[in-house]
Amino acid sequence: MDSIQSLIKSLANEYGRKRESLLPIMQAVVDREKFLSEYSMVEIAREIDVPAAEVFGTATFYSFIETKPTGRYIIRICKTITCAMKGKNQVLFAIQDMLKIKLGETTPDKRFSLLETNCLGWCHKAPAMLINNEIYTELTPEKIREILTNYMKKNGEN
Amino acid sequence: MTNSHQLKRVDFIFRNENDWEKVLSSTLKRKPAELINELISSELKGRGGAGFPTGLKWKLTSEEKSEEKTIICNADEGEPGTFKDREILSKVPCKVLTAMAVCGHVIGAKKGFIYLRGEYKYLEPELKKAIDEFEYYCKEIDFDFSISIFMGSGAYICGEETALLESMEGRRGEPRNKPPFPSQHGYLGKPTVVNNVETLVHAFTIFKYGAKKFYDLGVQYSRGTKLFSVSGDTPKPGIYELELGMSLQDFVYEFGDGDTKAVQVGGASGFLVPRKKFKDAAIGFKGKLTGISLPTGGSMMLFNSSRSMFNVLDNYLEFFSEESCGQCTPCRVGCQQLLLGIKAVKRGDKPAVYLDKLMRLTETMQLTAKCGLGQSVANSFSSIVENFREEMIY
Repeated sequence: MDSIQSLIKSLANEYGRKRESLLPIMQAVVDREKFLSEYSMVEIAREIDVPAAEVFGTATFYSFIETKPTGRYIIRICKTITCAMKGKNQVLFAIQDMLKIKLGETTPDKRFSLLETNCLGWCHKAPAMLINNEIYTELTPEKIREILTNYMKKNGEN
Repeated sequence: MTNSHQLKRVDFIFRNENDWEKVLSSTLKRKPAELINELISSELKGRGGAGFPTGLKWKLTSEEKSEEKTIICNADEGEPGTFKDREILSKVPCKVLTAMAVCGHVIGAKKGFIYLRGEYKYLEPELKKAIDEFEYYCKEIDFDFSISIFMGSGAYICGEETALLESMEGRRGEPRNKPPFPSQHGYLGKPTVVNNVETLVHAFTIFKYGAKKFYDLGVQYSRGTKLFSVSGDTPKPGIYELELGMSLQDFVYEFGDGDTKAVQVGGASGFLVPRKKFKDAAIGFKGKLTGISLPTGGSMMLFNSSRSMFNVLDNYLEFFSEESCGQCTPCRVGCQQLLLGIKAVKRGDKPAVYLDKLMRLTETMQLTAKCGLGQSVANSFSSIVENFREEMIY
């Protein structure tokens, strides 16, 4: 049994083999692997006895269930109205400039992925972004350089 | 014309009283019917934006005959410009949990869920701690009730209660046909109450202080207080608890930067009110005799005269196009066509009268879309295009 298979098996033991367990299982796989591969989807389908097409359909519905390989740190910058008004693009340019990637791309060392997302619920402290599950608010290009430098220093650990 | 109504700051929600244990044990001693009457007489309406009377929701669910029932706290706060629920869950989680337990007592549910949006995952550890403490106390007073957190995964539509239920059942978050309503056929087909986070906190206030204290605040049809998430071009962005029924004029006087051109009330699915209509607009649910009444989930976004309303509408439509679940055609295709349409008019590829065609499209969406998302696109679209037509045209 490979590592994904055993991971999914243990998750199914934890959350149960019901349709209601599908989302928590997928979330846990994404948490560990940083994305949900087609192979994982088929394994989940087999494990909880749901058609693989249904697992695929459900997985692709949710924007936080990544179905393509991503970096260890997923940067999600909010693009909704208040953040857009308060200089989100300048922040985005600073990130792109520093990581040398465009929106939707992952750095070659597989450390960072850069994505846009809809309202993060920090409009009063715009612009805002998430790095994995950490929130950063009132961003400026200067602040970005500081935050990302700290992440770059984190070597190996999560 | 509405009478000038001074903004009244209130402090119920975040008041740190630390007496939830007392409120819980004393409220659980009261009869369900009595508690329902208390809620009904307070005239509390759902604070997520739709404004369904909370007491009635609990009553309908309590009348259903079923072994299993569920109470779900809807913390999938995704409306642009809203951030009150996050603040509630991080500051006064036990008030929410208490109200959920009381709801469980009233409707006969032993299980509660908090559907927390994926964007708020960082709230989970603290919230779990609060739940552990809460469940421990429930055991102590011999009340059988447990609460779990269900994490969302980044889908605005899951704030719609039936889409939320689909999501919890492990499916795509596509809204169901109503009826049957969740009060009859909810989570796993069992009767279910789905309440917004803020609604539950107000229920706590009502159980603690009595319905009258709540009812005395606000105006007719819009009783009590409301949390407002203030953002945009304002010197004091943040979260404020205010009495319902205030005029937008007073609001802008308090929160504007002196150059407020328009206010978006109720987020992207709400209405944009231009400066000339501030004095006629009041914040509250429909039913006032005069003026415009604006129901809201609490999102108040201010725009000053440096902002282009075309960009604002463009941003909203992009949001809706992405967040439409794609299940029904009016919403899926409508949102995309509206976005393409305003861009074409702006570029000059389409004549200005094309805007009227788009307005008719929003009317169709309002009539035919399956859920609130598609139906409410018309709100912001028509209020922006009607009031700022010149900014939409090349």
